[in-house]
Amino acid sequence: MIGWLGPDEWRAVALSLRVSFWATILSLPLGLWIAYVLARRDFPGKQLLNGLVHLPLILPPVVTGYLLLATFGTQGPIGAVLESLGIVVAFRWTGAALAAAVMAFPLMVRAIRLSIEAVDPGLEQAAATLGASRMWVFVTITLPLILPGVIAGAVLAFAKAMGEFGATITFVSNIPGQTQTVPSAIYAFLQVPGGESSAWRLVIVSIVVAMTALLLSEWLARRAARRVQGL
Amino acid sequence: MTLSVTLQHRLEDFDLDIAFEAPAGITALFGRSGAGKTTIINAVAGLLRPKSGRIVCDGVVLFDSAAQTMIPPHERRVGYVFQDARLFPHMTVRQNLVYGRRFAPRTPQPEDMDRIVDLLGIAHLLKRRPTGLSGGEKQRVSIGRSLLARPRIILADEPLAALDDQRKDEILPYFERLRDEISVPILYVSHAAAEVARISTTVVALEGGRVSRQGPAADVLSDPGVTPLGVRSAGAMLEARVQEHHADGLTSLEAEGKTLLLPRVSQPTGEVVRIWIEAQDVMLATERPHGISALNVIETTVSELRLGAGPGAMVQLSFGTSSLLARITRRSAEALALAPGTKVYAVIKAVSVARSAIGDRASQDM
Repeated sequence: MIGWLGPDEWRAVALSLRVSFWATILSLPLGLWIAYVLARRDFPGKQLLNGLVHLPLILPPVVTGYLLLATFGTQGPIGAVLESLGIVVAFRWTGAALAAAVMAFPLMVRAIRLSIEAVDPGLEQAAATLGASRMWVFVTITLPLILPGVIAGAVLAFAKAMGEFGATITFVSNIPGQTQTVPSAIYAFLQVPGGESSAWRLVIVSIVVAMTALLLSEWLARRAARRVQGL
Repeated sequence: MTLSVTLQHRLEDFDLDIAFEAPAGITALFGRSGAGKTTIINAVAGLLRPKSGRIVCDGVVLFDSAAQTMIPPHERRVGYVFQDARLFPHMTVRQNLVYGRRFAPRTPQPEDMDRIVDLLGIAHLLKRRPTGLSGGEKQRVSIGRSLLARPRIILADEPLAALDDQRKDEILPYFERLRDEISVPILYVSHAAAEVARISTTVVALEGGRVSRQGPAADVLSDPGVTPLGVRSAGAMLEARVQEHHADGLTSLEAEGKTLLLPRVSQPTGEVVRIWIEAQDVMLATERPHGISALNVIETTVSELRLGAGPGAMVQLSFGTSSLLARITRRSAEALALAPGTKVYAVIKAVSVARSAIGDRASQDM
């Protein structure tokens, strides 16, 4: 694979994998929690939270990227706090991971939420009457039943993170080796004469990753449905 | 171990305002669908917060609106047997059974597991998943699962409603064994009179959001003024001893010195069983009828007469210490000049005593 891809292309693929991996892993606990809250709890402002989670799906990515820059840039309110703690995300691969996480979050939450809603709340009630606290119920009943759904959501989020372009380039620019993910690299290769062959190789990588993720998440979602039915 | 419940709650079309005590044995919450039975046991389980009231189980206050006490369901130690069993689909039967064990205060001894598995006849199912089980098997596993969590009380919400008659007959004996062999009290919700007559020690009748009567099963069921399901399904429960199995498929039973003929009963001679006789299957005559196809004619005394709002009347008949109910028309009651003290012959059609309404008797000490 390294032989087939040039060093610049490989660097973009490796960075994209790293960015997507961390974006997915770190947003998963929050995604699970938000999905659970949206599926199982009723509280004022629930629709607002739902809207906020889905916003990156609908907003132009450049707007999301700019909002991230305004918030997490060194001059931004959160960025300034993070910088005083020695954490800089603007124009770093960590910033690319943040952008990818925000953009992939709605897909992850949606998949997990659907699988939680497919679990009969009666089973959770039954576990509670047997003595299990809310946390135990989640760990021993809800989570095992939705696990394939959670993995499907994570796979989908990973694939979305691999393909994220607009918010990333707006927020952290397009620095080779630092913030140049596969889509940014394709864009850059297309700007220079003779870059088409590099771009094509990355296009193939993108298609393979996206296709694999889709098939995998479909398969896992089907397993989740069967698991809930106890088959 | 007793459960004492007082609660007020607003339901969709009426207010629930009830108070009752459930002593040891099986206490049946008996009323029609929508009478608020499930609301009551959900409040006992902590799955629903009533508007006001007080629930005390085994000396522990589970809910008290005056003191702002609301113990969460997982700390109440009530075993809930749901109508739809609610077994965990991703676990084996064994894993389902031991689920509540880790939360139980004392670790049950291994023989507890063996004893309960044995009592419920589910030893051969332990390695299987719930999906492949029959409705009756699921319900038995569900009963075992709640027992192994060492509950203070078992709540059973129409556990037989989702089963066909054959499966019901498969489960009822297990409840009878629980009643007689395990000291945990059982609150049993039902809208089936024959089922209630068969297994319950105490009956709490719910009508119009109130408890219309509570007490020993035989007394409550034969009260002509208590018809939580309407007069059509009123009836009385009798205890009778099996006398003889006849070659023509009938069994003779003895109750209060009278002989009754029923379709073949499975219990051996000498055993005492509960039988259920619906009020509408009892006809009355002031003279002993002759040339009649009905096999059971019993001499009784009218102990109470209740005229209904419509054309019907409910007559309570006593013989010995037992009672029967007969549903007749007001016109007949007047024509026969029925009044408390009148001697009448109750005519019961043998075939009208359904086999599923014949049960083992409760043990004496309950």
